[in-house]
Amino acid sequence: MNDVMTPFATFCLRMGDNALILGQRTGEWCGHAPVLEEDIAFANMGLDLIGQTQHWYGLAADELGQSPDELAFFRGEREFLNTLLVEQPNIDFAHALMRQYLFDAWHLPMLEGLAGSTHQGIADLAAKAVKEVRYHIDRSRDLIIRLGDGSEESHAKMQDALTWLWPFTADLLARDAADDALVAEGVIPDGDAIKAAFERETTKALAQATLTPPDGPRRTGGRTGNHSEHMGYLLAVMQSVPRAHPGARW
Amino acid sequence: MSPKPGTEFPLWEVFIRGQHGLAHRHVGSLHAPDAEMALKNARDVYTRRNEGVSIWVVPSSAIAALDPSEAEQNFAPSESKIYRHPTFFDIPDDVGAM
Repeated sequence: MNDVMTPFATFCLRMGDNALILGQRTGEWCGHAPVLEEDIAFANMGLDLIGQTQHWYGLAADELGQSPDELAFFRGEREFLNTLLVEQPNIDFAHALMRQYLFDAWHLPMLEGLAGSTHQGIADLAAKAVKEVRYHIDRSRDLIIRLGDGSEESHAKMQDALTWLWPFTADLLARDAADDALVAEGVIPDGDAIKAAFERETTKALAQATLTPPDGPRRTGGRTGNHSEHMGYLLAVMQSVPRAHPGARW
Repeated sequence: MSPKPGTEFPLWEVFIRGQHGLAHRHVGSLHAPDAEMALKNARDVYTRRNEGVSIWVVPSSAIAALDPSEAEQNFAPSESKIYRHPTFFDIPDDVGAM
């Protein structure tokens, strides 16, 4: 499928897959978050993301010839184009918060840029999603600062999470020929502007949180279907019911 | 699993205005470390079905309440005083709807 897709469908799938896989990871907290208020907040965020997924898949549905359900539940691991960051496991609440924050720090400027897209469907989707994501980052930024600059224990946990997750932010900021083609047509914003916004946001907030991003190798590959070892397990859980009972309805 | 004693966040009372022009109404309570987090939590817990346009949070400890065991002396005496309802007045026609 990847070989024949247009840049437009590739981009829509990447955006939709990011939202779906992070929505799934976020949903894994349902009933398990440290306090009831966070449990509900995480569930709300996951539902926002899964709602966005449906819209992204819907934009590409004509070209791909598959419904949002088919795209979510009947593709294999290599066909998912989400970034490595969003598939990283929950481990603990610090990891979940840091993953959310780093994603939001990229997601918000991306959606703000997309709200001015020359493609009307994308502009409309982004204008709606940007309101949801402004709240997501308000919350995730606040929490990583409070916990990073909190007790000795909370600081250590947040630093561990940042050290684990930071290398995967390279995959958020990566771009290829498909992106370049869409930038040229004004369909998506320029990657340099997104990267600059991401760096401005994270430099300021991580300093406030007294957290330090690690040096060292950065990881990419998710956007082209080369995932980490965690992705297969996530899909096995997410896809098992529709695959065991294809076509089943509530 | 209940938290260790003394480690729970303080309790807040949540008030939500359903629409412009109406008063804020008490809808429930929640735990949060401070007012800012209490507002965020209230947004997530109490307005996820489009219930409101404004939120207030108040520390539960800041609310003073009458002792329920004194309800009888506080409230029962007014039960029999129907003359305190303004239903015994003739309203002049030119006052219009009240």
